[in-house]
Amino acid sequence: MDVLVVDDLQMHFPLRSIIPWRAPRVVRAVDGVSLRVAAGETLGLVGESGCGKSTLARCVLCLVEPTRGRVLLDDENLTALPEEALRRRRRDIQMVFQDPTASLNPRLSVAATVEEPLALHTPLTGAARRGRVDEVLEEVGLGAGLRDRYPHQLSGGQRQRVNIARAIATRPRLVVLDEPTSALDVSLRARVILLLAELKRRMGMTYLFISHDLSTVRYLCDRVAVMYLGVLVEEASAAELFDHPAHPYTRALLSCIPVPDPDVAPVRLTLSGEVPSPIDIPTGCRLRGRCPLAQPVCAEPVPVREIAPGHTVACHLV
Amino acid sequence: MTDLLAVQGLTVHFATDEGVVQAVDGASLQIGAGEVVGLVGESGSGKSVTALAILRLLRPPARVLGGRIEFDGRDLLGCSEEEMRAVRGAQISMVFQSPRTSLNPVLPVGHQIERLLVQHGAVPPREARERAVEMLREVGIGEPERRARQYAHHLSGGMCQRVMIAMALATNPRLLIADEPTTGLDVSIAAQILDLLGDLGRRTGAAILFITHDLGVVARRCDRVVVMHAGQTVEWAPVRALFHAPAHPYTQALLRSIPRVVGTGEMEPIPGWVPSPLAPPPGCRFARRCPLARTECEAPVPVRAVGGEHRVACVAAEAS
Repeated sequence: MDVLVVDDLQMHFPLRSIIPWRAPRVVRAVDGVSLRVAAGETLGLVGESGCGKSTLARCVLCLVEPTRGRVLLDDENLTALPEEALRRRRRDIQMVFQDPTASLNPRLSVAATVEEPLALHTPLTGAARRGRVDEVLEEVGLGAGLRDRYPHQLSGGQRQRVNIARAIATRPRLVVLDEPTSALDVSLRARVILLLAELKRRMGMTYLFISHDLSTVRYLCDRVAVMYLGVLVEEASAAELFDHPAHPYTRALLSCIPVPDPDVAPVRLTLSGEVPSPIDIPTGCRLRGRCPLAQPVCAEPVPVREIAPGHTVACHLV
Repeated sequence: MTDLLAVQGLTVHFATDEGVVQAVDGASLQIGAGEVVGLVGESGSGKSVTALAILRLLRPPARVLGGRIEFDGRDLLGCSEEEMRAVRGAQISMVFQSPRTSLNPVLPVGHQIERLLVQHGAVPPREARERAVEMLREVGIGEPERRARQYAHHLSGGMCQRVMIAMALATNPRLLIADEPTTGLDVSIAAQILDLLGDLGRRTGAAILFITHDLGVVARRCDRVVVMHAGQTVEWAPVRALFHAPAHPYTQALLRSIPRVVGTGEMEPIPGWVPSPLAPPPGCRFARRCPLARTECEAPVPVRAVGGEHRVACVAAEAS
C-alpha cells in the first residue's frame, strides 16, 4: 500500500511584477511531479540545488500550499484538509533537516526536544511521554546520560541523532529526510546512514530521502527519482537506476561522482554550463541547453515512457 | 627529485581558555614540482591548519612550535613578513572552501583580479583590465566582459570558485593549495571545477595540494596522497598503493567508511571518536580507536617504508 502519493504537484511562486500591466513572471519550482512511496519503502529524490526537491518536500509536509495537485497520505488528501484536521495528521509526517545544529532549539535539552512533538501531537501524559523519550533516545543510540545535555554540548553526529529521535518520536507514517548527512563528516555520515537503515529494518520506517549524494542514496534507497528543474526525468529501482541509467542527466550525475578507486576510468558525460533559472525554463526537454546529445526533436514536449518494468524515463532519445 | 615543498615535523598549538589545543603534531609532507598531492582526513585532523601554516597565515592564539617548512630550498618559517608577502599569492596561492565569502563583496570581481595583477606587478596597470577579462575567459566564464563588472553576489557558487581559481593562478604560482575547493557545490559543478583545476595545473606546471575529505576526488585527481589523523600525518603513498594496499589501520578504516556507488563493499564507520586535541593520547593518536593497538603505540611512532615511496607511521602495519 502506498503511504504517500504525490499527484501532479505544482508549486509556482509568482514574482512581483515590475511593469504593472504585464502578467507577473513565476518561478516554476515544482512543475507537475507525481510519485508514490509504499509502506516500508525508501524513495530517494535526487537532483542538484535549485531542482525543486526541497520545495517538493515542503509541499509534502504541507508547509506551503501547492498551486496545483494533491498530496495523499494513506489515501487522505492533505491538501484539501482544513487546518485543524491537518494539525492532527502532522504526527504522521515528520522531517529531518540538513543542518543538525540550526534545526535544534539551543535552549531545549535533548529530552525536551524529543518530548515536544509528543506533547503537541499525542495524548500521552507527562510520565508516559518521558518513558517514550527514553525509549526513542535508546533507539537512535543516544545514551540516557545525554538526556539533559543541550545542543552545544553535543557533537554533530549526536545532534543529528537528536533530530532523528524527534522525527520518529510520534511513530510517523512517513519521515522526510532532507539531506540529513550532507553537513556531516565522512565517519559520522556512515554512522547516521547505518542508523537510518537500521530504523528502517527494525521499525519498518518509510522514508522520502532527499539528497544529492548519490552514493548515500544507493546505500539507503529502494527506489530513486531523479529531478531536474522542477520535473522528474527518471524513476527506477535503485539497482536498476545505478546499473542502467537511461536519461542523459542521470548518466551525467552518476559520471560526476568521484569513485574512490584510481583504476576505475571515468566515463564522463559532461553537461555544459549551469542549471538555467526556473523562471526561464526551456520548452520541450528542460535539459536540452546543457545536454551533449541534444537533437532538434528535444524542443518538442517530452513523453514519459516505461523502458523496463518500473523504470520510467522522460527523454526523446532513449 | 628535489621537493618543491617539504614540511617536516610541523607542530601547531592553539592556546584556548580550556587549555592548549594540539592541532598539528609533527606533520610531514613533500610535494614535487608539478605534482598533485592529496591531503586527506576527517574534519579536525589539522589539514587546513597545516595549509595555513605553510602560507604563514596563522595568527595568535595559534603558534607554530616546531618544524621546518621549506619551499624551493627556502625556510618559510624563518622568512620576514616582508619576504613572505613576495611568496604568498605570487609563488604559493590558495583557493578556499567558501568562494563567495572569500571574494570582496563590494568590488566587482574583475576589479579584484586587476588589483591582484597590479599588486604583484604581473602587468602594467593599463593592461590589467584586459588581462583580467582574459583570465575570466580562461577559467570558463561565459561573457567575461559583463561578468568582470559584476559582484560576487551576482555569481553562482561555481562561478565564484572559478573567479577564485583565476585569481589564484593569475600570478603563475608554483604551488596552489586548494582547501576543499568543491565543498558546497553540486556534483556536476564540482566535477567541472576539479577538471578546471587539474587542467590549469597541468598547463601552468603548478603543483597542487588538494585538501579534501573526499577520497573519490583523491583517487581521480592526485598523484600521491598524505593521510592525516588528529594532527598527525600517518601515511604517505602513491595514489594506487594507497587505495590497493592501505597500510595504516586508520587509512583502512577511512576507506571502509565511505558508501560506494560502484561495487557493494560493506560500509563500516570508523570505530571510536577523534581524540580531543586538548589531551591527545601519547604516541599514535589513533591507538585508542585501533584494532591492532599494542603497548608500543604509546611511544612516538617511527615512520617506516612499506615499499617504494609508500611510508607509514605505524608499528603494527605490515609491509606490502
